Amino acid sequence: MTDLTRLSAAALSEKLQAGEVSSVEVTRAHLDRIAAVDGDVHAFLHVSSAALDTAQAVDDKRAAGEKLGPLAGVPIAIKDVLCTMDMPSTAGSRMLEGWVPPYDATVVRKLREADLVPLGKTNMDEFAMGSSTEHSAYGPTRNPWDLERIPGGSGGGSAAAVAAFEAPLALGSDTGGSIRQPAAVTGSVGVKPTYGGVSRYGAIALASSLDQVGPVTRTVLDAALLHDVIGGHDPRDSTSLRDEWPSFATAAREGAASKSLAGVRVGVVKELNGDGFQAGVHSRFAESLELMASAGAEIVEVSAPSFEYAINAYYLILPAEASSNLAKFDSVRFGLRVTPESGGTVEDVMAATRAAGFGDEVKRRVILGTYALSAGYYDAYYGSAQKVRTLIQRDFAAAFEQADVLVSPAAPTTAFKLGEKLDDPLAMYLNDITTIPANLAGVPGMGLPMGLAPEDGLPTGIQFMAPAREDVRLYRVGSALEALLEDKWGHTLISRAPDLSLGEEFAAMEGAV
Amino acid sequence: MSSSSTEQLTTDQVAHLASLARIALTPDEITKLTGELGVIIDSVARVNEVASADVPATSHPIPLSNVFRADVPGETLTTEQALSGAPDHDGSRFRVSAILGEEQ
Repeated sequence: MTDLTRLSAAALSEKLQAGEVSSVEVTRAHLDRIAAVDGDVHAFLHVSSAALDTAQAVDDKRAAGEKLGPLAGVPIAIKDVLCTMDMPSTAGSRMLEGWVPPYDATVVRKLREADLVPLGKTNMDEFAMGSSTEHSAYGPTRNPWDLERIPGGSGGGSAAAVAAFEAPLALGSDTGGSIRQPAAVTGSVGVKPTYGGVSRYGAIALASSLDQVGPVTRTVLDAALLHDVIGGHDPRDSTSLRDEWPSFATAAREGAASKSLAGVRVGVVKELNGDGFQAGVHSRFAESLELMASAGAEIVEVSAPSFEYAINAYYLILPAEASSNLAKFDSVRFGLRVTPESGGTVEDVMAATRAAGFGDEVKRRVILGTYALSAGYYDAYYGSAQKVRTLIQRDFAAAFEQADVLVSPAAPTTAFKLGEKLDDPLAMYLNDITTIPANLAGVPGMGLPMGLAPEDGLPTGIQFMAPAREDVRLYRVGSALEALLEDKWGHTLISRAPDLSLGEEFAAMEGAV
Repeated sequence: MSSSSTEQLTTDQVAHLASLARIALTPDEITKLTGELGVIIDSVARVNEVASADVPATSHPIPLSNVFRADVPGETLTTEQALSGAPDHDGSRFRVSAILGEEQ
């Protein structure tokens, strides 16, 4: 019998609709896979005890002839930054250990309404601050391609869950690359939608002007199908756009079927293809450009001089907004409370709670943000960073006059070793150098696999960016390149990932487990 | 151009920032953070190289204005739901320790 965990969400959807498999069978296969490999991968912080019941309810609806959405009965993993009424939502922090929210995030409500089956909550850097998941209070997630390496961050749990075949779909959140960079280093697909395209209501806020929720999958079509479910206006998010969005799944299917990029102007961002990128990232990127050119794309070089300052502006704007957003963790309304031995006022309790509940990276960024916003420094730091944001938007506007989509590598290197950059915050921050500009300008971005680096055999990713509100271009162009690459390779990239369960079985035979 | 290179962050400043941020840092943490933040601030201060007076600031990537809703009661949490995650409450209110210290 087919291993159901190896199938895409689109393929599972067909089988479910044809009655070839039940949602219970699909869900059980993924729960079994989680049981087999998650001890090694640690993608999940919580596995739902209700998943099989939810799946049964979807099967019952189908049996009763109800009209169901395309992803009905398909399991999904949810990043722990998103509030779920039936599962703890910790955002990777001790501060919220065991906290079960009294409401669902809008995107979670939409998943339930579309009859997807939540499998559990995925690991992440604490409050989404990090590029490796090593800043999770609950221990790191490991990269399914090499368990000694990072899965990217902050959404390493969601990326590892799909890359390890523990879930066909996952939700992530992307503030500076937390969906796209993990996609790059795990050989999966991730999309940061246009700012305001997907509701942020119930997403535990990191930096409100940058955060965006989006799909994490193994194929471009699956990302499109999921984006179609979670997108659209939400009156509970005042930054939510009222646009009518086209079907992203239709765009993805068209792109994959045509395998053509005729007439598409692809802009290579000069500043995002420079020194400091790993050799294998360079070479795979060059090959992808050649492949796109051979499919009819017009490759042009564009310059975005202000992108050089994006990371500097980002590490002022993000900490400033985070220091304000995280003020709600005050030991009063939810989460941890630590009372000093000597007792003390509510402010003493607050300070003791935040000392015990926040990890090092969170403390670092909250203090940095407090500094950037303090009187006398505000104009020089936060104010100047906001000006850089204007310059970056202008660079995007100029670039999109010359190109329909922009491209760059989705991450400067392949996955690095756990611990390698943990003691050097600035080096860790540089992992997001290619992804941050899109967040500062609010434009959509997609990361997808572009091959294995010859030097280490690990996945590399390409990033597409489109003008704000033109997410549909990412799906059309991304699915075309995905189809062209898979034709060239003769297989999907993710099919080359090591079979984690083999290790387990061999160990079992040896009597080690 | 960097303004911070002439003005090193001090441990006293970090201790003050920590008190503003309501985080009880240990002296070791303050020392470590002072070094780390100094390096980060030197880097981020580069924004001043291009942020000239004629460039307007952007606070929001996709500006929206007048985001209103009808002035009618919406769906809200019940008291029980609102208190469900609180460390301490009396059934209708959050309970906290003294607001004022003895010296106040």
